[in-house]
Amino acid sequence: MSDFTSSFWPIFITVISLAGVFGCALLLWVTSKIKASSPNGDNTNGHVWDENLREMNNPLPRWWVWMFIITIVFSLFYFLAYPALGGYTGKLGWSQVGQYEQEMAAANAKVAPIYAKFAAMPIEELATNKEAQAIGERLFMNNCALCHGSDAHGSKGFPNLTDNDWIHGGSAEKINETITHGRIGMMPPMAAAVGNEEDVKNVANYVLSLSSSKHDTARAALGKEKFAACAACHGADGTGNQAVGALNLTDNIWLHGAGEEAIIKRINLGVTNQMPAQSAKFSPEQIHVLTAYVWSLSNNASQQ
Amino acid sequence: MSNTKDPKASTSALNAPSETTVINLYAAAEKIYPRSTFGFFTKWRWVMIWLTQIVFYGIPWIEWGSRQALLFDLEAKRFYIFNLVLYPQDLIYLTAILIISALSLFLFTAIAGRLWCGYTCPQTVYTEIFLWIEAKIEGDRAARMKLDGMGMSGKKLVKKGTKHFVWIAFALWTGFTFVGYFTPIRELSTSVMNMSLGPWETFWIGFYGFATYGNAGFMREQVCKYMCPYARFQSAMFDDDTLIVTYDEARGEPRGSRSRKADLTNQNLGSCIDCSMCVQVCPTGIDIRKGLQYECIGCGACADVCDTVMDKMGYARGLVKYSTQTAMTNGWSHAQMLKRILRPRVMIYATVLVLLVVTLLTSLWLRSPFKVDVIRDRGVMARLAEGGMLENVYRLQIMNATESTQHYQLNATGLDQLVIQSDVLDINHTVAVNPAESRGVPVRLQIPDGSMKSGSHTVTFEIKATESDDVVTEKSIFLVPR
Repeated sequence: MSDFTSSFWPIFITVISLAGVFGCALLLWVTSKIKASSPNGDNTNGHVWDENLREMNNPLPRWWVWMFIITIVFSLFYFLAYPALGGYTGKLGWSQVGQYEQEMAAANAKVAPIYAKFAAMPIEELATNKEAQAIGERLFMNNCALCHGSDAHGSKGFPNLTDNDWIHGGSAEKINETITHGRIGMMPPMAAAVGNEEDVKNVANYVLSLSSSKHDTARAALGKEKFAACAACHGADGTGNQAVGALNLTDNIWLHGAGEEAIIKRINLGVTNQMPAQSAKFSPEQIHVLTAYVWSLSNNASQQ
Repeated sequence: MSNTKDPKASTSALNAPSETTVINLYAAAEKIYPRSTFGFFTKWRWVMIWLTQIVFYGIPWIEWGSRQALLFDLEAKRFYIFNLVLYPQDLIYLTAILIISALSLFLFTAIAGRLWCGYTCPQTVYTEIFLWIEAKIEGDRAARMKLDGMGMSGKKLVKKGTKHFVWIAFALWTGFTFVGYFTPIRELSTSVMNMSLGPWETFWIGFYGFATYGNAGFMREQVCKYMCPYARFQSAMFDDDTLIVTYDEARGEPRGSRSRKADLTNQNLGSCIDCSMCVQVCPTGIDIRKGLQYECIGCGACADVCDTVMDKMGYARGLVKYSTQTAMTNGWSHAQMLKRILRPRVMIYATVLVLLVVTLLTSLWLRSPFKVDVIRDRGVMARLAEGGMLENVYRLQIMNATESTQHYQLNATGLDQLVIQSDVLDINHTVAVNPAESRGVPVRLQIPDGSMKSGSHTVTFEIKATESDDVVTEKSIFLVPR
């Protein structure tokens, strides 16, 4: 149960804690009285400094002493109730993780009615609901914006969520699936299947030609034949396949960089891109609201 | 207070280590029964009690528009002070108020000692109120001492019971008022009526009520003597020209009782008739005739009661009075003594205090009714956008500190051909933020790719509230990758 790396530390902590508390009690008892020579009985405690400076005895009020005693007794009960003594877990069974879970449960219970209301609404309706959109925006800002950017326009390797170009599908169900379970996009190194270095360069130019990007027409013509190796996933026309997460190569949107050099690199090395699953982080209702927000980014033209 | 140095050291310090006795360093506190007073200083104390308490109990009930005028909403982290809406970011104002309070304490203490303690400190104020209730029910000092000395009887039980009932009722009302600063007091009173208080509201009303009851009913002078740090460090601000409650020893001594008609010229007697009234009225139980002591809270009760006695005896007033050490030694007149108030120490405190108050007020006056934090996206360093533009992403956290919806126009400067874009801005580059709301606005800044050399460049955001024309500018960084 205990998280200590060595059996010495629990003992060390127990000894320090108990010695501290009993040390306080001892100090309190030892300092309750002093022997002092007070020849005059004038309420001085016999201490004399600088020839004639004498110290008055102004006793500490007894209630204050009682507060010390109460503190000592309290700490002993505390040791008993909480995991204060080394590996001992305490009578109350308290732990940080337990408290965290308890507070999370309480917080979730508090927001449950709000989410329950949204859970019953379809995505299209949520996307126009101001309250739901505000919650969705906050969820996105705090959790998704780190990779996809505050404006959801993405970055190299992180898809733009506002452009209607969906890798795994842009329907509400698909977005929900992506958020819940995450995605792994994998393209194997294709150099061997395509051919030699020249072939790879030709295929790259053919790929560029699909979106009418700047390319070498002659090379593109040569590469068309070799593209067959890619067509299995990206389709014969290069429009991609959402079922396997193969990118659309015809729309001039380049997730992993534009231009001949970047494409050659992808053909040679392949790429594995992962979006982590969020199901552990959010409740299904939260994912529902977040889905509506993400969906609205590319479907709500009327948004401000 | 007590000292627990090695006794051996002290014996060697003493030349005659003859007899030793055991001194107990803890002792039961003796209960003090202060006698009621009437007079100038008492009147002023009651003026201050009324002033502070009308403010304390009254303010939560004042409405301002559709809300409570003074409300500290801890859950939403908004602090409403009349027409101000403060955010946690405005903590600097609290700091300023604390510094001003501290300097005021320095100033008043330098002029006339523990004025705060004697007249306005909540500990004094509530003790005085509780003492008043106690005196109304149990009678004055002598009656109370007699009652406490008696065995338990029906009459005593009724008196004590009534007193505690009134005390507790008053204390709970105080606790209720305190909580009313943090949760709307009108709703709170409805909750009290319906017995539907939340657990924390119940706890804090109970806790604050208990603290009031305990401190003003039982702890009283013990708080000042043993717990309060301000009480002790105020002595560091005293100097020889500080007005303190003083016994005129030269005039009073030798003290002694005498007949009212006795002729003082024939007897070896001063003005002090040794009636011990000054001791009986003292809320901290000291004898002011022994001189200035750390327990003295400067309430002037002894001066008031001594004046009454002097009047009865037909002597001049002021045997116990506010005076300064230099005035006593030099035999200064009242005017000479008061002139010393304008000494450098006081002038410096006052100047700094005035400067700080003016600064605080100016800063509140010129305060922009909104705040902006520019947070540059850390995940997205820089990216290429359509049309060969290089793009950086920012989130502008706009905090509306007014109670109406505001529209903010965003602009950015600092680089050539800098373009600002956002999905949430309208065509005028404005965005609406709800009353007292904080909203994050994602914004993109673009420059033509290749127009700047790689590295980080400073850009300036300019945010203008269209309703009030207030402008806030914030700097940030635009990154151009290699």
